[in-house]
Amino acid sequence: MGSLDIVHLKKSYGSVQVLNDINLSIEKGGFLVLVGPSGCGKSTLLNTIAGLEPISGGEIRIAGRDVSELKPADRDIAMVFQSYALYPTMTVAQNIAFGLEMRKVPKPEREAAVKRVAETLQITHLLDRKPSQLSGGQRQRVAMGRALTRNPQVFLFDEPLSNLDAKLRVDMRTEIKRLHERLKTTIVYVTHDQIEAMTLATKIAVLKGGVLQQFGTPGEIYDNPANLFVAEFMGSPSMNLVRAGVDPDGAAVTLARGGEPLRLPVKAGRILAGYCGREIIVGIRPEAITEPRTENGADPSVVVSDFRIDVVEPTGADVYAISELGGRQAIGRCSAGYPIRAGQTARLAIHTDKIVYFDPKTEERIG
Amino acid sequence: MTDLSLIPREEAVAGSRAPVFARAALYAILILFSVYYLLPLFVMVVNSLKPLSEIQQGNMLALPRDWTLAPWLSAWDQAQIGIQATGLAPYFWNSIKMVVPAVLIATVLGAVNGYVLTKWRFPGHRIVFGLMLFSCFIPFQIVLIPMARVLGLIGLAGTTPGLVLVHVVYGLGFTTLFFRNYYEAFPNELIRAAEMDGAGFWQIFTRILLPSSGPIIVVTVIWQFTNVWNDFLFGASFASPQSQPITVALNNLVNSSTGVREYNVHFAGAILAALPTLLVYVVAGRYFVRGLMAGAVKG
Ligand SMILES: Nc1ncnc2c1ncn2[C@@H]1O[C@H](COP(=O)(O)OP(=O)(O)O)[C@@H](O)[C@H]1O
Ligand SMILES: [Mg+2]
Repeated sequence: MGSLDIVHLKKSYGSVQVLNDINLSIEKGGFLVLVGPSGCGKSTLLNTIAGLEPISGGEIRIAGRDVSELKPADRDIAMVFQSYALYPTMTVAQNIAFGLEMRKVPKPEREAAVKRVAETLQITHLLDRKPSQLSGGQRQRVAMGRALTRNPQVFLFDEPLSNLDAKLRVDMRTEIKRLHERLKTTIVYVTHDQIEAMTLATKIAVLKGGVLQQFGTPGEIYDNPANLFVAEFMGSPSMNLVRAGVDPDGAAVTLARGGEPLRLPVKAGRILAGYCGREIIVGIRPEAITEPRTENGADPSVVVSDFRIDVVEPTGADVYAISELGGRQAIGRCSAGYPIRAGQTARLAIHTDKIVYFDPKTEERIG
Repeated sequence: MTDLSLIPREEAVAGSRAPVFARAALYAILILFSVYYLLPLFVMVVNSLKPLSEIQQGNMLALPRDWTLAPWLSAWDQAQIGIQATGLAPYFWNSIKMVVPAVLIATVLGAVNGYVLTKWRFPGHRIVFGLMLFSCFIPFQIVLIPMARVLGLIGLAGTTPGLVLVHVVYGLGFTTLFFRNYYEAFPNELIRAAEMDGAGFWQIFTRILLPSSGPIIVVTVIWQFTNVWNDFLFGASFASPQSQPITVALNNLVNSSTGVREYNVHFAGAILAALPTLLVYVVAGRYFVRGLMAGAVKG
């Protein structure tokens, strides 16, 4: 296993720049997830790491070695493709052994490796089948098995779960996570699903339009999104992003709503310098708008207020309360037992220390 | 074949509700056309098994009264071809010696071309493919004289290898077109996966693509075999008397001016000349349909 560093990477097709000055690095044994909407360049980035696409500038280092000019086979990596890309005329065992065969590994060793991998992935009973005789989940396993046979420096996964149905997707997600924890492999994983990103990653890179928006741990990305795009993209339901006016002294923000405006103090000891008296965008996660709890009673950062509830959406474990805030529908998240009813008012507590602030022009986070 | 077999069954269900006379009319038309197409073959077979005297009596459609294989034996190794009484046999082997390498070489080259044009694209690949496609539309007559000159220059004039070369060059446009279209639909991710597995250019071709190419290989072989075997113009233009293919020899057999016209021998000779292509269709015909449909159904 090895580390991966991407330094000032650029990629263009003709005059179209698809990747713009990407800088990323993941330590040995880390799990890097590339996430972003369709067409943002995730697959292209992965393919440049794999060596399937040449780069237009910058450098890719695997285990400290510059591999930018090397052929895919010489980079010591393995890849799981979105379509699985199993060789249709070969059996599962032949599929798994093909990479070793091409590298002239002797037959007894190949057979041992196939056996070991098949046991890890519980596909021993499938070894003599052809890919066309397998279910989606089984194909997925075989594709992973093919990558696992040679102990490469880095594993690359391109949307490996996107062709599975919802239930299987969750199961395989857990399995990939378990596999990573057991084998301590370095993984780069592409997905457009932010939940997959949050659950699997040790580091997340959010991409949009070929530009790296933010690179950090899942916690950093979730709690301190770098800009409005990341704030909206990561998390479900999305972060509430509403307009607010900053007090002249910069120590509180005021949000318009149906009745009395809502005044929320900025985190203690901090002021929104440079924005005093101006309008900004505040971001509040749904779980930061919730039912008041007794243990928060004396906490000055928790603001309790009456809200007029427009819609109530129970999900079983939680109940979402939707109310107008700053001219938009804001969503709060209460535990299922909290009695709220559409059309009535309810007391909700806002945890202001979880609030993030954005410049409305640049859309970047303030501070 | 499984999916094709569904179609007649569905039709049968619909047909049972349709008026009976429509069904009858359909069968009548089908039988009429079958007769129309089968009649020439019938005439040829029947008359090739009669003594000449029976044909001269005038009824071409009658079954033989005295069944005989003599016309076949004569056509095979006794009949007068031009000035020599060798029968068609030596020319049959000439055709085999020409058609086998011409089919193999053109098919292999077409497959490699298709592979490169779809999976290893280079700048200008479109133009190269366009030119190869264009070669499919060049009429034979235009190239006759330049081709004769080239064959002369490289010392292959009047030889079987010369004919093989002509047919390979002429077939290449088509074989490339077949394989290119087939490989165009072949998933690129498989090629990339093989690349990551460490397979090289030829290993990807022989281990990944070729094993999946059965249907299109059959199509190409049938196409090329039929065209080369049935060719008359190139054989008549470029072959020496010793290397003439069977089509040219058949013409010489029929046009030999000495003695009476042995129609029964001519019929037997014509069937002999057509037999290999017929055989190829019977053996591989159903793969032909499958191969032609493969590109269309996939996707
Ligand atoms: N071979 C190519 N030629 C030109 N543009 C391409 C090519 N491949 C991808 N692109 C463009 O690059 C962008 C990123 O594509 P991709 O990496 O596949 O996105 P995704 O994030 O959905 O995986 C897209 O806008 C796509 O149109
Ligand atoms: Mg993609």
